[in-house]
Amino acid sequence: MIPQSPVLVVVIPLIFSFLNLLFGWFRRGLCYPITLVALALSFLASLHTLNTVITTGTIHYYLGGWNPPWGIEYVVDHLNAFVLAIISFVSLVVGVYSRRSVEQELPDKTVFFYTVFLLQVTGLLGIVITGDVFNLYVFLEIASLAGYALITIGEDGAALASFRYVIMGTIGACFYLLGVGYLYMATGSLNMTDLAQLLPNLYGSKVILVGFAFFMLGVAIKMALFPLHVWLPDAYTYAPSTVSALLAPLMTKVGAYVMIRILFTVFGPEFSIEIFHVTDILAWFGTFAILFGGIMALSQTDFKRMVCYIIVAEIGYIVGGIGVANPTAIKGAIFHILNDAFMTACLFVVAGMVMYKTKGHNISDFRGVFRKMPFTATIFMVVALAVIGVPPTCGFFSKWYLLLGGIEAKHWGFVIALLLSTLINAALFFRVIDKGLYLHASEHTGLHSEPRYDEAPLSMLIPGFIIAIAIILIGIFNQAIFRNIIEFAVPSGL
Amino acid sequence: MFDFILSKYNYWIYIILMMIGFYAMIGKRNLVKKIIGMNLFQTAIILFFVSTAAKRGGTLPIIEHAHGHGAHAIEATAYINPLPHVLMLTAIVVMVSTLGVALAIVIAIYKRHNTLEEDEILRQQK
Repeated sequence: MIPQSPVLVVVIPLIFSFLNLLFGWFRRGLCYPITLVALALSFLASLHTLNTVITTGTIHYYLGGWNPPWGIEYVVDHLNAFVLAIISFVSLVVGVYSRRSVEQELPDKTVFFYTVFLLQVTGLLGIVITGDVFNLYVFLEIASLAGYALITIGEDGAALASFRYVIMGTIGACFYLLGVGYLYMATGSLNMTDLAQLLPNLYGSKVILVGFAFFMLGVAIKMALFPLHVWLPDAYTYAPSTVSALLAPLMTKVGAYVMIRILFTVFGPEFSIEIFHVTDILAWFGTFAILFGGIMALSQTDFKRMVCYIIVAEIGYIVGGIGVANPTAIKGAIFHILNDAFMTACLFVVAGMVMYKTKGHNISDFRGVFRKMPFTATIFMVVALAVIGVPPTCGFFSKWYLLLGGIEAKHWGFVIALLLSTLINAALFFRVIDKGLYLHASEHTGLHSEPRYDEAPLSMLIPGFIIAIAIILIGIFNQAIFRNIIEFAVPSGL
Repeated sequence: MFDFILSKYNYWIYIILMMIGFYAMIGKRNLVKKIIGMNLFQTAIILFFVSTAAKRGGTLPIIEHAHGHGAHAIEATAYINPLPHVLMLTAIVVMVSTLGVALAIVIAIYKRHNTLEEDEILRQQK
């Protein structure tokens, strides 16, 4: 067993990102294999960490041998080992997928692209693994800064979208930092475990309440919770397709993870649920996010933008599940972090493949996709069924748990929103499938030529198939995941 | 009331600075003014953190003659808290990089649109 595996998860992509820059000067072609090696090693380390957590329980890793609360500590329990595995897996798959689309979209920027790509992964992994609130801020900014840079190199309009993201993201990060400051003022500690012990005596304090409010606002901006989502659709629509596939599934899910951590680990459940009723408010925000995201998605003509609004709705699922705050709903929310990361990644991978062939990502570009790109269309069908929530795909099971939790808590608004959202999703995807089947092609264009077979390259198809198969396998083996990981990931005291 | 405001003037300044920055980020239409607002906003946080570290009559957190003078108890109230300063060193690095990225993006926007007014850019994008 390797005792250093928690830190390796983060350090490997960090070091390799600089190696990328170094070797990229000599041979541009080296960047892609270096990136893949880094992501694969990081994935192995995170799997090893997850395995250790499952067999022996929570890991505490003291950086540099400094004991907490003075030093920075990495704490890996079931919840974040699980999220770490998701992040490193999705980034590895997207890394494999990136080659052709980067060659096509960003031919002269590959070196810098892969350098920043790895920094982005470092930031995301670091946010999840750390047990120190200030360290979390630093990683949050590493991830965000890399994200701004990656989005800017996208198509026309990306720069302004990215600039708006910088403004919103900085407000979010600064609010988070202020929250850290208020908590430090009152407790004198930055370590999450230490804070959890010190805070219960101070629950009446106004300082703590202000700090908590800043934390929640900052995280809500970073995870694009409605109505603070305005930066998301533009940014992820105009980003290069690989970047959308990496950022969109992961950045928002990491935000959801941080929210669970702050609500239930740093502050106890009795603070979040009983004293200030924060979770009740969150449940309503989740409900409105689901409805708003669904309705906005219906009115889009651009496929990527439609997926962006689906993300807003999916964040609503997770936040609503956290807000309902009974064990069933929280299990559903945690499971949905996994499912949504895979489904969103898969949707953007499909968007990237269609864009590779048609140079566009409008829904109208999907015309005839079933004839032209049958394998892409198969992947798309799997993920569409998963987002709608058809068993045995994974989307069904998390929705099921969320629904059960909502009914248990008698939170009818959330339950109705979930059911409505299923209908909306069905309508959304049938619109795309309708275009894809090429039924009305001759009416619209006047052309009678049959679409020719023109499939995306294998290096893009294989990652797509891996995610699609994973979506089905997660659905079939959901009980194993629940028994081994999610049962233990539910915060204590609920 | 007046005493209350006066005795905590550093915190009031932090709030005022932060709100000026916040207004500039949201209200101004020029992209560089937005960046200036962003910088003000972040600098206000530095003032806040450093204020929390200060103590009346406190001195620099350097223990004099520590080596060779045995292990004597240190009176923590006599020294200002160094930790917020250290946190702010890190935060300054983060802020500088944010500023750098934001300026780089603005340059990219300017090259594409030849203007920094948000309204004008939006009109060009239509």
